Amino acid sequence: MRALVWHGANDIRCDTVPDPEIEHPRDAIVKVTTCAICGSDLHLHDHVMPGMEKGDIVGHEFMGEVVEVGAEARSALKVGERVVVPFTIWCGECDQCKRGNYSVCERSNRNKALADKVFGHTTAGLFGYTHLTGGYAGGQAEYVRVPMADRTHIKIPGGLSDEQVLFLGDIFPTGWQAAAQCDIQPTDTVAIWGCGPVGQMTIRSAILLGAKQVIAIDRVPERLAMAKAGGAITINFEEESVVERLNELTGGKGPEKCIDAVGMEAHATATLDSMMDRAKQALMLESDRAHVLREMIYVCRPAGTLSIPGVYGGLVDKLPFGMAMNKGLTWRMGQTHVNRWTDDLLNRIQEGQIDPSFVITHTVPLDQGPEMYKTFRDKRDGCIKVVLKP
Amino acid sequence: MAYYDRSSTGDNLARGLGWFSIGLGVAELMAGRSIARWMGMEDKTNLIRAYGVREITAGVGLLALGDPKPWIWSRIAGDAVDMATLAAGMAPGSKDNPRAGNARIAFGAVMAATALDVVCAQKLHREEAYYRSLPVPDYSGRSGFPRAVSAMRGAASDAPIGTDMRTPKILQFQGATGSATGPAQNQSASS
Repeated sequence: MRALVWHGANDIRCDTVPDPEIEHPRDAIVKVTTCAICGSDLHLHDHVMPGMEKGDIVGHEFMGEVVEVGAEARSALKVGERVVVPFTIWCGECDQCKRGNYSVCERSNRNKALADKVFGHTTAGLFGYTHLTGGYAGGQAEYVRVPMADRTHIKIPGGLSDEQVLFLGDIFPTGWQAAAQCDIQPTDTVAIWGCGPVGQMTIRSAILLGAKQVIAIDRVPERLAMAKAGGAITINFEEESVVERLNELTGGKGPEKCIDAVGMEAHATATLDSMMDRAKQALMLESDRAHVLREMIYVCRPAGTLSIPGVYGGLVDKLPFGMAMNKGLTWRMGQTHVNRWTDDLLNRIQEGQIDPSFVITHTVPLDQGPEMYKTFRDKRDGCIKVVLKP
Repeated sequence: MAYYDRSSTGDNLARGLGWFSIGLGVAELMAGRSIARWMGMEDKTNLIRAYGVREITAGVGLLALGDPKPWIWSRIAGDAVDMATLAAGMAPGSKDNPRAGNARIAFGAVMAATALDVVCAQKLHREEAYYRSLPVPDYSGRSGFPRAVSAMRGAASDAPIGTDMRTPKILQFQGATGSATGPAQNQSASS
């Protein structure tokens, strides 16, 4: 089969690789009909996320048709069913899964010993996302093996296009959880850093959950335009001061809820601290660029909440934790517990409350994937979300 | 917003110059005295070391700090400073410098590097002009909602969100009177 394969920094290729096979009775094989490039895939492409090996198949946003089911998954899945696959693999049996904390499933990471060493305790296995999270083959491919498939799936009813439901596997529930864990109240101002795909979903989620005011921060004009279409007041950080504008919009008090939809690769040249971060990252003195975290801590209203769906990989430097402590900020973060939200979100899509396909700007065949990684990374051609067709 | 393409020929040249900058910078920093002696300019040893720091900074900027254009221009400015320094070593007043020939070789090398820098800057600006000439897609109609945003605000306020995702009452914004009631009743405190 053909798949997008990681060969090193800035080197993802469309290769021919062996077809996946059932390796465990709980496995299923899915023929991928549609997949997407996620912003967090760029961390792998740029090789700022440790734990990749040459030959790894990438991709964790995908859906398709079940073509083979292991003996122990047959009660839950049937050949021919159409499924979206969540990016977090979950067993459904461990203490964390029983609490709905699927992204920290205790059993799905097959490299648990490594993750225990690096993180203290393991988190869930993820598709196509480093050997720290299991080293599972990803879904930017024609076929994919889905471990623990009796749990790790979202069944899709007829009448909905791939484009409408694909993002149930990651960015829609990720944006939703980012807003939900802020416990948004009708009086809240929610400030969201980053108008990439997750940021766009977060804006819509905050609106649906009833925020009084949603403010979106970015620098790319077309992304800001899309944010505005979704109901956000926009701030272009290259043209105006984020701190001054947020204070102006909140009567000088700051937003109650701040959401980081940027993560470890904050724009490198906008401010002195982000330039220092980039230089330190290049010299391997830190792994993550934390400009957004610093700014959120600074602008957030005391007793407010910081929500962090943006991906961080390791160590950050110069985080003003004393400021956060003295302001009494609440921190909510983590990978998304995808299946906790998907029944509700699928209903909302079916009812027509939202159509997540609004974010798609490019649809190309799988073999154009490597080029589209670069287009997406460089924000060329108005690129916000790339969908691939194997 | 600055436009740049990290796979373009201009960017590849900028990266090459970035590595060259780092290599030259390390050499100037570590072997400043030897370089100065070779050019017969021993009194400029510390200056050459300082130029090494400048080169390393430009190299890191070119390789790691996104838009390479400002860093290429910083290199061109640095080249001018280098040439001025070398010119002083080759000037008529310093014809007693027995190694003025070496200084002239260095001057020629800097001129060659400057030419490359200028070509690179031109390429990068041409590429930016090309991207700026492309039509900007219009996403202003992409709300994702079936109705106006004002009609969708709060449409999912009944969403099933577990208590573990809620802010504990003790941490919620307090009312103006100080009562620890839920924030929904505390508009005056969070307007």
